[in-house]
Amino acid sequence: MNSDTTRIVEKTAIHVENVLHQYRNGDDNGMFIAEWRVDRGQQIFLHGESGSGKTTLLNLLAGVLTPDKGEIQILGKPFSTLKAHTRDKFRADHIGVVFQQFNLIPYLSVLKNIQLANHFSSTHLNNVEDLATDYLQKLNLPPNILFQPANAISIGQQQRVAIARALINQPELLLVDEPTSALDVAAKDAFMAILTEICQEAGTTLVFVSHDMHLKQFFPTSVEITELVSTKENQLC
Amino acid sequence: MLMSLAWNSLKSRKKSVILTFLSLVISISVLLSVEHIRLQAKESFNRTISDVDLIVGAPSGQLNLLLYSVFRMGSPTNNINFESYKVLKNNPHVEWAIPLSLGDSHHGFRVLGTNDQYFTHFKYGNKTALTFSHGEPFQSVFEAVIGADVAKQLNYKVGDEVVIAHGTGSTSFTHHDDSPFTISGVLNPTGTPVDKTVHVSLQAIEAIHLHPLHPTGQVKEHLAEEELIPDSVTAIMLGLKSKFAIFKLQREVNNNKNDKLMAILPGVALNELWQMMGTIENLLRIISILILISSLFGLSTMLLASMQQRQNEIAVLRVLGAGPHVIFSLVLIEALILVVLAIIAATGMISVTIGLLSDWLAAQFGLFLSANLLQVEVIQVYVVIVIASIVTSALPAYDAYKSALHSTLSAR
Ligand SMILES: Nc1ncnc2c1ncn2[C@@H]1O[C@H](COP(=O)(O)OP(=O)(O)OP(=O)(O)O)[C@@H](O)[C@H]1O
Ligand SMILES: [Mg+2]
Repeated sequence: MNSDTTRIVEKTAIHVENVLHQYRNGDDNGMFIAEWRVDRGQQIFLHGESGSGKTTLLNLLAGVLTPDKGEIQILGKPFSTLKAHTRDKFRADHIGVVFQQFNLIPYLSVLKNIQLANHFSSTHLNNVEDLATDYLQKLNLPPNILFQPANAISIGQQQRVAIARALINQPELLLVDEPTSALDVAAKDAFMAILTEICQEAGTTLVFVSHDMHLKQFFPTSVEITELVSTKENQLC
Repeated sequence: MLMSLAWNSLKSRKKSVILTFLSLVISISVLLSVEHIRLQAKESFNRTISDVDLIVGAPSGQLNLLLYSVFRMGSPTNNINFESYKVLKNNPHVEWAIPLSLGDSHHGFRVLGTNDQYFTHFKYGNKTALTFSHGEPFQSVFEAVIGADVAKQLNYKVGDEVVIAHGTGSTSFTHHDDSPFTISGVLNPTGTPVDKTVHVSLQAIEAIHLHPLHPTGQVKEHLAEEELIPDSVTAIMLGLKSKFAIFKLQREVNNNKNDKLMAILPGVALNELWQMMGTIENLLRIISILILISSLFGLSTMLLASMQQRQNEIAVLRVLGAGPHVIFSLVLIEALILVVLAIIAATGMISVTIGLLSDWLAAQFGLFLSANLLQVEVIQVYVVIVIASIVTSALPAYDAYKSALHSTLSAR
């Protein structure tokens, strides 16, 4: 029994339990998730219509927001109830995040942006530049992009650099929010193929958020956000 | 890393950053110069005279006597009888007495009539005696000893013949083209008014005055030295055998019946000078502190205004694992980079300015300023500036901290 639970914990990347979150200034009833479990190495396509709370859920998983009730465990750690600075550190070490928009610090070079991610984690790599070049090449970016200021490259390129940055510390969990909005269909497909392949190789758990159902084909598992979420009212009834 | 982040962030906001920086440089310069000049003026004045127990002159304010006899500034005082000098010199308490006779100038430099006692007993700074870089004290009536600045600016050297005439203006119409004075010695620099003084004998002063309308060259030929006994001097510096006699002698001098005299203690007079300056000093300090505060508010406003456009940047840093305290320090570091650079720039600017203006300041105000700002008191001012800027930038830093706490992935 005991060893059974340990095995489950070891197998689980994300465990959301009875989580309630409501924006302080929000006038809706917030978001409630009774239970959601994601295994390690799983690649999840999370979709739902605009405003359905996808980004909010990613915020919770990244520990940028904390639930008002319930608990989120990440990689077996009671992530959501950790002390704020421990949670920041844990995120730096184990979670890679890619935003919907504005992923890079505009006035820093691409390389500096990637180095910054490593700076805040406890894996102090001494070959950040090599690794970065490697990832950028895999993501079909020209190598000379490394030394350009982040605001001098296109949005599509920025999104791919953001992926490279999220991967630099070899995180166990990668949270990606709509990264393909600026790509054309062909580039999108190439990008998805590469992303899923990189995660496959490294055994990285991937939660990929999009409302673009076309991308669903790249994932073995897809989850509609409304399947997870019930509004607070529903819960109370 | 945080340093380079802060630096790059500042660079990305060049325009507002440079303006803020300039306002900081100006206000810090004002504060530093006020402090530096205050300290240096005090030191420069205090080092002008040393080891003189009493200065005796005609009754006027003690400040006036001090300023005129020591700093060669202020309005001339009346002269006192030469007889009084002889009496004081022979007073049992007196170890040495230096007669001073002022009132003439040479190309804008004061001419001081005195005697050999001046070169043995006059001290400046920390009881430092005068020393010669070239030559020796004057031996005869028509010899002169010049201070270092006089030699440098007028390009005089030992053996040169110069004209010294009556009057204090730099151009004088009463002199003859003949050059009766020979330079016998040049003094080493002292950083006191001595550097700007032409020293001659008391007899020479008499000679200049005796026949103001006659060519001095004739005086040289026709007058024997005995006929040049002075009948008055401007002031007398006294060194006493025992410090305990100072007040006794001061009283004696002040109550003198034969000549109207006043004796002052240089230290006490200097103190009065500083007390008088104290009010102005404090006023200047308050004004410069207010200027500094206003430019620090400018700095804090600039940082606050930038917060709006930096929401995304903060969100990125947050998600990379930077805690809110990192964001707080980032803003603080940006402020400190600006302030420290402004301090360095202001210090450099003031040093260069003082270096360029030092001659003029010395000539005009008797101020001998060092171009080196790094003294304990000024370093204390640096510390205060840095602390004040930390305090004022804590507000935008806290603002950043708060927005870091609430920043989320959603783009706004
Ligand atoms: N910072 C916030 N403060 C208050 N309410 C918010 C905030 N962010 C999001 N919301 C609200 O929460 C709900 C879910 O928003 P969320 O951004 O998670 O949607 P989404 O599914 O990511 O939408 P999209 O597909 O357009 O990105 C929306 O009703 C939104 O108005
Ligand atoms: Mg979203």
